[in-house]
Amino acid sequence: MQAAGLGESTAAWEPVLPWLIILLPLLGFAINGALALSAARKSADAVRAGGEFDFFENGRPRTHSLPTWVGPGVMLLAFLLTLVNFAGMLGADLHEPVVLSYWSWISTGELEVAAAIQLDQLSMIMMLIITGVGLLIHVFSVGYMRDDPGYPRYFAYLNLFIFFMLVLVMGASYPIMFIGWEGVGLCSYLLIGFWFSDEAKASAGKKAFIVNRIGDLGFLLAIFLLYLVFQRVDFVGIFGDAESVFEYGGSVITWVTLFLLMAATGKSAQIPLYVWLPDAMAGPTPVSALIHAATMVTAGVYLVARSSVLFALAPLSSAMVAGIGVLTALFAATIALKQNDIKKVLAYSTISQLGYMFLGVGVGAYTAGIFHLMTHAFFKALLFLGAGAVIHSMHHALHHTKKDWDAQDMRNMGGLKAYMPYTWITMWLATVAIAGIWPFAGFFSKDGIIWMTGAMAGAEQAPYAGLYTVYWILALATAMLTAFYMTRLMVMTFHGENRTGSREAEHLHEAPRIMWIPLAVLAVLSVFGGWINVSTDLRESILGGFGLLPMGEWLHGWLEPVTEAAHLIQETNLGEIAHAAPIFGGGEWVWGLISFVAASAVVLATLRLLGSRKVTVAVDDAEPTGLARFLYNKWYVDEFYHRWVVDPILTTSRVLWRVVDTTIIDGTVHLVGNGTRALGWVVSLFQTGQVNTYAFILTVGVLVILSMVAF
Amino acid sequence: MLNALAYDSWVLHALIWLPLLGMVHVLWAAEDRAKELALRWSLLVFVLSVGLWWAYDPALGGAYQLTSSRPWIAVWGVNYALGLDGISLFMVMLTTFTTPLAILGSFDYIKKRQKPFYALMLLLEVGVVGVFAATDLFLFYVFFELTLVPMYFIIGIWGGERRIYAAIKFFLYTAVGSLLMLVGILYIYARGKTLLGVASFAFADLLQIPLTPGEQMWLFGAFALAFAIKVPIFPFHTWLPDAHVEAPTAGSVVLAAVLLKMGTYGFVRFLLPFFPVAAQHPSVVTLMLTLGVVGIIYASWVAAVQPDAKKLVAYSSVAHMGFVIIGIFALNLNGLQGGLLVMISHGISTGALFLLVGMLYERRHTRLIADFGGIARVAPWLTTAFVITALTSIGLPGTSGFVGEFLVLLGTFELHQGMAIFATAGVIFAAYYMLPMIQSVFLNALDKPENQAVHDLSRREIAILAPMIALMIVIGVHPTPLLRRMEPSVQMVLERVHAAAPPSAALIEFSEEEEEGTDASDAWDEILDRITSGAGRAE
Repeated sequence: MQAAGLGESTAAWEPVLPWLIILLPLLGFAINGALALSAARKSADAVRAGGEFDFFENGRPRTHSLPTWVGPGVMLLAFLLTLVNFAGMLGADLHEPVVLSYWSWISTGELEVAAAIQLDQLSMIMMLIITGVGLLIHVFSVGYMRDDPGYPRYFAYLNLFIFFMLVLVMGASYPIMFIGWEGVGLCSYLLIGFWFSDEAKASAGKKAFIVNRIGDLGFLLAIFLLYLVFQRVDFVGIFGDAESVFEYGGSVITWVTLFLLMAATGKSAQIPLYVWLPDAMAGPTPVSALIHAATMVTAGVYLVARSSVLFALAPLSSAMVAGIGVLTALFAATIALKQNDIKKVLAYSTISQLGYMFLGVGVGAYTAGIFHLMTHAFFKALLFLGAGAVIHSMHHALHHTKKDWDAQDMRNMGGLKAYMPYTWITMWLATVAIAGIWPFAGFFSKDGIIWMTGAMAGAEQAPYAGLYTVYWILALATAMLTAFYMTRLMVMTFHGENRTGSREAEHLHEAPRIMWIPLAVLAVLSVFGGWINVSTDLRESILGGFGLLPMGEWLHGWLEPVTEAAHLIQETNLGEIAHAAPIFGGGEWVWGLISFVAASAVVLATLRLLGSRKVTVAVDDAEPTGLARFLYNKWYVDEFYHRWVVDPILTTSRVLWRVVDTTIIDGTVHLVGNGTRALGWVVSLFQTGQVNTYAFILTVGVLVILSMVAF
Repeated sequence: MLNALAYDSWVLHALIWLPLLGMVHVLWAAEDRAKELALRWSLLVFVLSVGLWWAYDPALGGAYQLTSSRPWIAVWGVNYALGLDGISLFMVMLTTFTTPLAILGSFDYIKKRQKPFYALMLLLEVGVVGVFAATDLFLFYVFFELTLVPMYFIIGIWGGERRIYAAIKFFLYTAVGSLLMLVGILYIYARGKTLLGVASFAFADLLQIPLTPGEQMWLFGAFALAFAIKVPIFPFHTWLPDAHVEAPTAGSVVLAAVLLKMGTYGFVRFLLPFFPVAAQHPSVVTLMLTLGVVGIIYASWVAAVQPDAKKLVAYSSVAHMGFVIIGIFALNLNGLQGGLLVMISHGISTGALFLLVGMLYERRHTRLIADFGGIARVAPWLTTAFVITALTSIGLPGTSGFVGEFLVLLGTFELHQGMAIFATAGVIFAAYYMLPMIQSVFLNALDKPENQAVHDLSRREIAILAPMIALMIVIGVHPTPLLRRMEPSVQMVLERVHAAAPPSAALIEFSEEEEEGTDASDAWDEILDRITSGAGRAE
């Protein structure tokens, strides 16, 4: 680490207490954790006595006041502190990352891993998203989790998650990042299985952890290989030398990046490791919003963007990142078409959108990838929180009459806009944003990715140009699917007649203020958030109001110090990047306009088509058939994995135990033990009961010999 | 202040003899005071050992410090010689740290014949500390064998239903190994007498003996088998699950935390520096790495299908020891440092896991995973402790378990990428056996009435687990002070290994072994002479 002394920076800009940003959520975890342990102890006493702990006192939950202040409180402080630092960084003309080293974490011989954080434009954007969206979700949770006995435990886990997520994005080396990487995985495990008494939920958490660990294998191998090459593992050192050490497209750099890609597919739920994310919906819905939509699952995208220099040097790996991304985007979107669980639709939608981000960073559009990560954090968090409000309301309604219907099945909803107007409006804003309708946030970020994909196809010396053309077409097609399944979700949930039941519907209600205010904030961001990065071509066209949109390519310029090295490598090796679509030609704004019009058409058509269609409630609905059944059952991938991966390993494990361990090895041991004369006498000693005497003599003998020292 | 008390000069002796004194005291006292006395004595030993952290100064280089030596059996050249280096320092501290906790963990578990039990626990401590502190091969062997006896009885008397079978298996397995080692020891001794003209068992003297590559190979084999059984390395591991399952909690704790480490310690202390040519022979390295990697994956998979929680933890031990072995035979700094750190971390985390499984057993009188379910609802603190410990065991970053495994894998990767990839897959399989157990025992519905009555941690149990958990985190967050203390000694071992003749030359000499037959038989005559004359004298 090139940083000077402990906790001192080398740059002109002095960060304000950056360590406190990380420490605040950890502090929150410590306090909430202590409260949770003490509450759990009381609850355990009650359970043991055969009852349930009474969490309510005069109608107010008695374990709630402190966690309510501490949980969101530390988030507020962390967010404010991040803003202060952001303002500072805005003012400073920072070209190098600021690395702050606090202590030596692992140090032996050549290896030196400092407990160090790195502040640059990329980590700052991530910190803003994590603490900002994190704060909103903490606030929302106060309302959502109000009646849950595990309230303090919930906030403890949530705070701990933020801590690890900040370590992930602020770490100055791959091993430090890995602490956060596995730490967020742990929190995800704990929160998916938050209601652990339900076996399905506990299993979902376990699945998430194990599948993620498969990806982590790639992360570790990447660290090892990088260490072998550089004898160091920190970002500054590696990225600084990468260009001179690696040959463009060489095998070592390709392996490094493929290992990193393996890690990314695990955490960001891409093919083939995406299977844990749909199950992860078992967790409380705000958790799905925070961890499984806005922050943790984007860690893989962050990893690729952070390692942009390495990926730029490995065209094959980059093409694979993009390929996996676009295939996942398409594949998950097809599944989302046929899901009835509102959270499942959003889960597959998230996988699909993460695919877009992979496509972006895969084609070298690192800014576009991070940009979509940011806008997605806004509108997908909003969609999940909105879904949470809906489920909350449905749950209350069904609970009142003890109707055992599924509160998350959209077939049981319908017409909710009359009961939940704020939720309805805000979720529509998010829907048009994700559908890529101009001028909402998703339009600009998605357009950037799709456009860059097309441009790659036309790069002068681009390898796999044909491949990128295919990616471009698939990405455009997926955008149409997105518009369809999201409109379907809105129609089934909010429009048409209510299907919940007349007695139940009386209890449907709008979310309390503490829940819809975060929705409103996110809605504003979903509408305007895309304006921070409008490409010049778009801005000067009709889509930018001929230069009226205020900010231009702000994000692009902001991230330039981080991504410029990668862009230079690309330029050197790929030559001029085309500025026309791969087929039919046309500039960015033309295709932007085409996709906007097409997406709007899909939304309107879907509204018309599904709006008038009668939906049957879940209990009466027939099983789907044909292609619909195939999509409804998610292409049977889970079944495939069970059949060909999980079960064979389990069977082998049993065989190893019963056959190798018990029969072969132990059999041999018994044979030797019984058959050999040399050992026979020892056995006979034991068998005749003389072993006590023997051992006694041995002990005494040893003691006597030992005590001879004294003489 | 430590210097003023001449701490350096007496502490190692105290750590060996005080538990023995304690043992006598326990045997002397009344039955109902036995546990308390044993705890006090072991705590005293622990408190005294804490000063070692400062007394051992890594700045002085990697050689033995706090040394003392006096003639014991002068005619054979046996010395009562003790010392400490960066490698043994933490093994000694791990022993003194674990013993009081194991004793405290037995307070409710051991109901019958308490006096002999606690006396044997203290005797065990004598043996283990002696093993790690000895700098004389004969003395080492005496202590090494001494540990066998109390452990045998602890399993055989206070164990479960199949305790006799398990105890005999334990005894036979290890006895076979150590007999082979004894032959090896005597052979080296005789060679030293012939070639150097010095009758000595001191490590420093034995290291001077110019053993031929051929001799090194055979001696390596004899020592390696003894230690491989102790570790245990696949396929010599089948005594361990039986011993663990039948042993009382305290027995399992000490067995996992420190007795297994005697095996891996033997690899680092003897096999590498004494027989460097053999240790870096390509076939040996490949064999050991393969056994290590196979052990990791094999044991993890077998662990995953165990119905008995304690057996699962036992198999997880085998997997962890696989990491230590590949770390050692990576023959580089990262690997060896990592191996030592895994030894320390495994001692703490697996010790704690056995204590926790024991606590569950005391509550429910079963260890079958299927008998539990939903324990988190009635025993949240126990659950929390278990989960933290399990996460350490599977190597979550931020815990001690990660640092060791990370360094081991990094070191292995430097030497052999293919092996390292397979070994790294072990991190997946650790989750694959540990998380399902956590789910079945602590999560899921609290649907069995017997489990409803399970109570949470008592104060005594908190007192046992808290220091262990604290260490897991502290070492995980800041392992560098440990690594710094170990590094010079590890470097010395590695320098010795790498200074030895390159393996290619060794191969040639190995084939000339026939011609050296005369030398070897001379050595045997020498040994026989020694034994007969020694025996004659004794009579």
